[in-house]
Amino acid sequence: MNRFDYIRPKNVAEAVAAASEPGSAYLAAGTNLLDLMKGGVSRPERLVDVTHLPGLDRIETLADGAMRIGALVKNSELAYDEAFSARFPAVAEALLSGASAQLRNAATVGGNLLQRTRCAYFYDTASACNKRAPGSGCDAIGGENHGHAVLGWSEHCIATHPSDFCVPLTALGAIVKIEGKDGRRDVPITDFYLLPGDTPDRENVLSPGEMIVGVRLPAEAAGFAANQRYLKVRERTSYAFAVVSAAAALRIEDGTIAEARLALGGVAARPWRAIEAEAALAGAPASRASFEKAAEAAFADARPSGDNAYKIALGKRIVTRALAMAASGTPEVMPALPASPFAPLSEGVIHV
Amino acid sequence: MSEIAQLQPGPRMRHGSNIGQPLTRSEGRLKVTGGATYAADNHPDGLLHAVIVPASIARGRVVSLDVAAAKAHPGVVEVMTPENRPPLAMDPYEKSNPLMFRMNLLKDDTVRYAGEPIAVVVAETLEAAKEGAILLAPRYEAERPEVTLDGDVFKPQAVGPGMPAEATKGDVEAALASAAKRVEATYETPPQYHNAMEPHAVVARFDGDKLQLDMPTQGLAMSRMRIAGLFGLKPENIHIRSPFLGGGFGSKGSVSSPEALGILAAKLTGRPVKLVLAREEMFGSVGHRGQTRQTIKLGLDETGALTAFDHLTRAATSRFDDFVEPASGVGQALYKVPALHTSHEAVRIDTGTPSFMRAPGEASGSIAFESAIDEAAFAAGMDPLAFRLKNYADVEPISDKPFSSKALKECYREGAERFGWQDRPLEPRQMRDGSGRLLGWGMGTAIFPALMFQGNARAVIRRDGSGVMEAGGHDMGQGAWTALAQIAADGLGLPMEALEFRSGTSDLPDAGVAGGSTHTATAGNAIYSAGAAVIEKLTALAVGDERSPLFGAGNVGVIARDGRLIRQDDEGVGESYADILERADLDEIEGSGQGAGDPSAQEAYAMYAHGAVFAEVAVDPDLGQMRVNRLVGAFAAGRVINPRMVESQYLGGMIWGLSFALHEKAVHDRRSGRIMNANFGEYHVPVNADLQGMEAILVAEDDPHVNPLGIKGVGEIGITGTGAAIANAVWHATGIRVRRFPIGLADLLG
Ligand SMILES: Cc1cc2nc3c(=O)[nH]c(=O)nc-3n(C[C@H](O)[C@H](O)[C@H](O)COP(=O)(O)OP(=O)(O)OC[C@H]3O[C@@H](n4cnc5c(N)ncnc54)[C@H](O)[C@@H]3O)c2cc1C
Ligand code: SF4
Repeated sequence: MNRFDYIRPKNVAEAVAAASEPGSAYLAAGTNLLDLMKGGVSRPERLVDVTHLPGLDRIETLADGAMRIGALVKNSELAYDEAFSARFPAVAEALLSGASAQLRNAATVGGNLLQRTRCAYFYDTASACNKRAPGSGCDAIGGENHGHAVLGWSEHCIATHPSDFCVPLTALGAIVKIEGKDGRRDVPITDFYLLPGDTPDRENVLSPGEMIVGVRLPAEAAGFAANQRYLKVRERTSYAFAVVSAAAALRIEDGTIAEARLALGGVAARPWRAIEAEAALAGAPASRASFEKAAEAAFADARPSGDNAYKIALGKRIVTRALAMAASGTPEVMPALPASPFAPLSEGVIHV
Repeated sequence: MSEIAQLQPGPRMRHGSNIGQPLTRSEGRLKVTGGATYAADNHPDGLLHAVIVPASIARGRVVSLDVAAAKAHPGVVEVMTPENRPPLAMDPYEKSNPLMFRMNLLKDDTVRYAGEPIAVVVAETLEAAKEGAILLAPRYEAERPEVTLDGDVFKPQAVGPGMPAEATKGDVEAALASAAKRVEATYETPPQYHNAMEPHAVVARFDGDKLQLDMPTQGLAMSRMRIAGLFGLKPENIHIRSPFLGGGFGSKGSVSSPEALGILAAKLTGRPVKLVLAREEMFGSVGHRGQTRQTIKLGLDETGALTAFDHLTRAATSRFDDFVEPASGVGQALYKVPALHTSHEAVRIDTGTPSFMRAPGEASGSIAFESAIDEAAFAAGMDPLAFRLKNYADVEPISDKPFSSKALKECYREGAERFGWQDRPLEPRQMRDGSGRLLGWGMGTAIFPALMFQGNARAVIRRDGSGVMEAGGHDMGQGAWTALAQIAADGLGLPMEALEFRSGTSDLPDAGVAGGSTHTATAGNAIYSAGAAVIEKLTALAVGDERSPLFGAGNVGVIARDGRLIRQDDEGVGESYADILERADLDEIEGSGQGAGDPSAQEAYAMYAHGAVFAEVAVDPDLGQMRVNRLVGAFAAGRVINPRMVESQYLGGMIWGLSFALHEKAVHDRRSGRIMNANFGEYHVPVNADLQGMEAILVAEDDPHVNPLGIKGVGEIGITGTGAAIANAVWHATGIRVRRFPIGLADLLG
């Protein structure tokens, strides 16, 4: 590991000032960053440890019913917060489907949003990777890319964003709260992540030194609490990243979908909001035919970036299933295998 | 969770108070409280930390290393490269037997595989050593590597540990040509890398011409000989401590390159050196299970009887050494068949040399062969169990020898009953769970040869009546400390508390390599016979002395029990060991024993452990995701020394079988030859949630021929049978036959 400075600021202003120096990185729980540093993938010259900053570890309900979550709230704390999981059950389900209990107990909200891709070529410093070393090329193209993007990718990068948490946040229109040298700003999560284009090293809209101080879920998002699910298909039953995942949230009035929210995970460089699919669902009956149509819409622009055409077929089925699960109602209690196809299913959800 | 059918004490069990008891691990408390000292837990004064620098190309040569930059980093003490690597007493490429693997010890600038050590950085701290390794910034001249099985094929001289590459019986071609039904299929198994929880590690200290090593090894004596040869040291000047291994699985059977490099670094710097592999470095120079492509042809007559089979394995070996996965051998002992042909071919690829990995040959061969048997059963329109019973082998098919014992029918019966197999529909895609997920049932026959190596032990009874047993055994987590001590206690006729069991260091009698599922049999028989030798001497002292109550009891015989010798015909008459030694004025009495195979019995009988594994798999029909609902394995492996340990071995083996069927695979980038998933995040093994319930049934079996104690091995058999049982269940659930392992959800999307 390279030698680096370690700074423990007393407040957000100090943290921002320290991190604005070139070569700095924020350190939260380090479950991603330290791995990257040990592998020589990330070599910051100074670490600005945010874990001791005051005031960022709260989960608050605001007067209008919106909820504000501090950047340092642990993934598991948020998932087990009753007020939160009652309003945003798919977010809790997504959180509990991620990583392992130990990692969830450590990992923070801010760190989860900013975790890096799991592209193996990004981690392997001997490989060409435009994200890690801009301009060096992309060895994932033409390589082992079974798990890579099918939406929004470019010839410069085909990596995906791996977070589960961010998928329902994207569906529900969460706002990312940012603080930097020039003050505070709020950015909708749908605008927060950048597609790779020809600068895959730029992953989000943060300027140097800006930090995430929290995430806000708007009050209207709670209107979907009765019908929302997160579904995550993976290569083993637990402790694996999503092959493809979907967060589906519906407002159903008299059997008709008044409004739908849908986002996909594991398919693109950002958690993917499926606006066209949502539009296709609005006003449609809550039926399998509607869900299948929406699934087609969600993947209309998808194309394989390599050996991964199956993800498109699979993705459509996941969307159909997630919508069917959402339509059949949020479960009373969190299933023992959150977001898993092996969690209890209502009758008729499985099709073939 | 599980049910244990306890073995009843067999007729030849002489003393029997400890053998067969489900004792917990004697070192368990040490382990769970952190008190057990593994190799890397040793920190002698002046210790330096070494790291290997793994090559990032798979073929070519190293053009430059920035040694100056690395040495300039604070804390870096030395950089070892081909330029300054201390001389060795023998060429590490010398190979006098198939168990001796060629080592990559910085011979030259050639790179033979990704992960080959190209330098070693030694520093005051691990962090400095690691940074030094990055600063070396190796530059290469790379050539395009080959990492698939599509390259040039050659016929290997031998496979596995020197076994014949080919075997034939009868006229296979004719039998296949005239078969009523034929099944032909090709199966592929991926490269897999042993990843014991404890990586390879060494703490090496020279003291003049003496060498002290803390190093996990499955073969203390073999490792000592190897190091003695390499370094030109007298074996007795090398002391290896290996009290606990955090798993070995075959990869710690012989010394691997990294451990030897750690010793070289200690030699170069003149200070104690610790070298521990990082997880990603486990995917390179310490062996692996080589990939295979297996083509199996089976012929059947109208009644479903097997008439012939042909099993051809193509396996990978490295460019510089030979180890060919002996996968085709597995069918030679499984089913009655008049004609069979098994053969191997090999392809040289740019990886490290494959080696023994838990059930080498058997695991890869079994998942393919037992899948083919399932395909054959379906082709014959028969239930897979009925098909196996129809083709049950009463003698070993390849040799026509009788089996020394074979309780496989009981395994089938007990396993099938427990599982509820009788309700299985013949056709696939017939069963669903309450939510509509597809369910499938599959089975496989498990088999593993009952081998013996050579081992020695030394026993002592002391004047206070207590005993000592010395055997340089190996506890890899399987429970040797406990099971071998149980045998020792019975061998000496002592309660466990009165026994001191010494093991795990190279200065003790060589108890044999812990490999091939032989350790309990080999070391156990050595221990038992050492105990018997001491008891014999004690008996002679007692029955020949008229002051002893046992005087003259020689003819009727005496029994050793609870620290006493007693008359066989009158258990009320006896004398304690302490009294016998006291009267004879002896401080202690000593004996030694051997464990080894009996060549005449091995000539007369085929010796195997057997089992039957049944699996239920659930598959999401839309999404392809799979989960194993139930696994039931019933195994017969001779005498059970400790049912708790044996059960653990079976369960662990079965989980490995699940791993083989659904998870484990190293993924190479074909262009660079590097393994892209060399970490536990991406190299998947099963997690608890992957398996809802499992059970191992210990089927009673008495084997009068394998060895005096009647012990067969249990360490590897659990993998065999299980992989195919799961693959067959996936087929039964979905109707999709996947022949490339591991089966992934993308294979099932239809
Ligand atoms: C084996 C393994 C399995 C995993 N499986 C999953 C999974 O299935 N699903 C899933 O979603 N995730 C998974 N993860 C990823 C895990 O969720 C992330 O590692 C974790 O959320 C990161 O949080 P952290 O607090 O440790 O962040 P850190 O590692 O400390 O930081 C991550 C990044 O965020 C930056 N950062 C952190 N906080 C802030 C802030 N407040 N403002 C600005 N920048 C900040 C850091 O500079 C760094 O670049 C897995 C991780 C591992 C190691
Ligand atoms: S896909 Fe993106 S992250 Fe992966 S190697 Fe290419 S540029 Fe790097």
